[in-house]
Amino acid sequence: MSIDETGQGGTAAPNSARHPHGQGRDLVQLVTPSGERVSHPEFDYWVRDITDEQLCSLFEDMTVIRRIDVEATALQRQGELALWPPLLGQEAAQIGSGRALRLDDFVFSSYRENGVAYCRGVDLTDIVRVWRGNASSGWDPYAINMATPQIIIGAQTLHATGYAMGIQNDGADSVAVTYFGDGATSEGDVNEAMVFAASFQVPVVFFCTNNHWAISEPVRLQSHIQLADRAAGFGIPSLRVDGNDVLAVMAATRVALDRARRGGGPTFIEAVSYRMGPHTTADDPTRYRDANELEDWAAKDPISRIAALLERKGLLTDGLQQQVKDKADAVARGMRTGCTTMPDPEPLDVFKHVYSTPNSWLDRQQDHYARYLASFGDPAGAVSEEGAR
Amino acid sequence: MIKEFRLPDLGEGLTESEILNWRVGVGDTVTLNQVIAEVETAKAVVELPSPFAGVIKELHEQPGTVVEVGKPIVSFEVADDAGQAASGPANLSAGAGEPAQLVGQGVADAPKREPNLVGYGAVVESTSRPARRQRNLPGGRPAETNAAQAAPPVAGPAETKPAAKPAETTTERPRSTPPVRKLARDLGVDLAEVHGTGPRGLITREDVQEFLHPLAAPAGTEPADPGQTVPGSRQDASVRETRTPIKGVRKFTAAAMVQSAFTAPHATEFLTVDVTPAMELLAKLRDSREFAGVKLTPLTLAAKAVLIALRRSPALNSRWDGENQEIVAYNYVNLGIAAATPRGLTVPNIKDADGLSLVQLAEALAALAETARAGRTAPGDLSGGTISITNIGVFGIDAGTPILNPGEAAILALGAVRRTPWEYRGEIALRQVMTLSLSFDHRLVDGEQGSRFLADVGAILADPGMVLTMV
Repeated sequence: MSIDETGQGGTAAPNSARHPHGQGRDLVQLVTPSGERVSHPEFDYWVRDITDEQLCSLFEDMTVIRRIDVEATALQRQGELALWPPLLGQEAAQIGSGRALRLDDFVFSSYRENGVAYCRGVDLTDIVRVWRGNASSGWDPYAINMATPQIIIGAQTLHATGYAMGIQNDGADSVAVTYFGDGATSEGDVNEAMVFAASFQVPVVFFCTNNHWAISEPVRLQSHIQLADRAAGFGIPSLRVDGNDVLAVMAATRVALDRARRGGGPTFIEAVSYRMGPHTTADDPTRYRDANELEDWAAKDPISRIAALLERKGLLTDGLQQQVKDKADAVARGMRTGCTTMPDPEPLDVFKHVYSTPNSWLDRQQDHYARYLASFGDPAGAVSEEGAR
Repeated sequence: MIKEFRLPDLGEGLTESEILNWRVGVGDTVTLNQVIAEVETAKAVVELPSPFAGVIKELHEQPGTVVEVGKPIVSFEVADDAGQAASGPANLSAGAGEPAQLVGQGVADAPKREPNLVGYGAVVESTSRPARRQRNLPGGRPAETNAAQAAPPVAGPAETKPAAKPAETTTERPRSTPPVRKLARDLGVDLAEVHGTGPRGLITREDVQEFLHPLAAPAGTEPADPGQTVPGSRQDASVRETRTPIKGVRKFTAAAMVQSAFTAPHATEFLTVDVTPAMELLAKLRDSREFAGVKLTPLTLAAKAVLIALRRSPALNSRWDGENQEIVAYNYVNLGIAAATPRGLTVPNIKDADGLSLVQLAEALAALAETARAGRTAPGDLSGGTISITNIGVFGIDAGTPILNPGEAAILALGAVRRTPWEYRGEIALRQVMTLSLSFDHRLVDGEQGSRFLADVGAILADPGMVLTMV
């Protein structure tokens, strides 16, 4: 099997993006699939500060979120979670971008960016809370400056653009970053968000993880040009980056963030990656995609790539590997414990986290519901209520 | 201690999965998340990771078995607390036992809180929960198929639109409130049997308790066995309505109608014909010596017309044998005639009616009607019919959608013969007009065959001389 060093997808892959209109451009790549650090005249500058220590920690984060993913998938198979959307194969795109953000930046993601959530410091139990069906939302967005995952495809891009308009009004230099997939670029919401972002030149980064499959729909059916080239139609500058190269992703994200902070408006990043697992645990990708394609992409695995880079640099010691593994196991253990010991929600919890300020209408409903619940335990009370009807 | 692993819902809203193979055997030691089995759902083949670290104690299901979500599939011998910390993260906390319980939620632990995982307990039947859903089938499912066929009731005179019948019984549940429903469920009371005294028939808590009063079961006591609740017999309710247990002919009729209406796709066609010539022929025959003392009615001629038309459209005299995946074409005709009897609707049939002359047929029809009304029809005459006629015209009705006698391919409803302004030789004249309604099993009979048969019957009644072209 031949490995193509550009990372554009194997020649045998039926789903590699083809560009009949000649719009194709090269991926930004700083590390090849075999772990060789290649220089880039423009982007080297943006990762010049990354030390060996930081490289090791990027490797650790990517390994940890893969472990989280594996554990959550197992929890679903064991009946502990109703559903889980695996991120296998997209670790570099999530860690490379997530680690580039500042604390005061704000993330609006889809449901697959659990690695980004990990970078934001989300409590691991909160990651699985929604997927267990225990709450309609996992965490306080303002605690970690990341909105809870959006299930509606692409809707979060509008939220990000709106938030960015707020940042602009405040005169702040933070940035709204929104994550979405290749399929979302075909949604009206994403297009509207890009129109508004360009019109108002707001500080927002559109981070599109092109994982090649919108569930069973290959990206080539949705776009006859590269997704990054769609941004030009909105007047938004774009970058096309090797999404399995954590350094390149970090560099591209920093370029976009810097532009936004300095009033340069939105940027569209297409991180070319691959969803190596199913769309969700309820999906079977073998029904619609070629095993050869998966094999091609496995050769470009983001974690193997950074491991190979570390090895070339002599950093991939047994000590590091053991340390990373221990960390990953501990995180997975914590998440499992948090998941399986999570108390069931109380019926009245449904009224929580709806309005931040008191709402008389909701209070009334809550009061009715509380009395309704009480009627189960107190038949006498229910009778009198019945009589009042 | 022993831990059970119950089959989880592996997709969103799946109710069952097939065990493809076990990757472990009894006695094997497994670690947390070690793959123990491969399972195929409607959506995908997935590997099942072990939820425990321990020793496989028992495999409850064989490979190739389709297992309902929530059923235990494997038991583990799991070390007690001391060993657990080392073996797996799941066992670190007090919640070690939790997983298996969660998996089965909504299935085994029905009386507890509703499942809180998406898709859980979705459509699992045979749970103790949805008593209210089972009410939909009047008289039970036709597991009594045989019995139903032994005494086949069919769409009959009174049932102009019998299709509405089963639908009616499946519509709204009795009006009540959730707490009262819960009370009723806890007490084993079927709300369908309770008369509501609240606004617009709302069933109140008092109604339920009053219903149960003879049994003296105050709220909150042990749930009574639903089977023990006695129907009917409440003083004030009995004034406003009468309750009759569903049994006997009514029960069979209901089962047969439900079975027929929901297995055989019915198509109905209507034809309105000027039967004046047939009525004139009847009058002539009544005066003839051969028919002296024989009861002749439009039904007699219609029956004969059906028997003649069947020769040209044999598909209407056949049966769908789903069990053997065969179509059974009868080389004889047992002609069923729907009869209203004091016990209810019955459909006795005339054996080998195709071999009878008109006189014999007329005599057989008269005898059949008399026997049926007297309630003395022999069981043998109630089974084995191959096609039926229902004479709704005697009730002054013109047309309707008859429901097939189960197992038969066609049923013809005869409407009333009315003097009606009708086109006759280029003018409007008062003619004797009748509407024929034919329902047929569209699995067996196409529109072409059904239409041709109906047209033939109509042609014979409109001009009996047309028989000459058909025999």
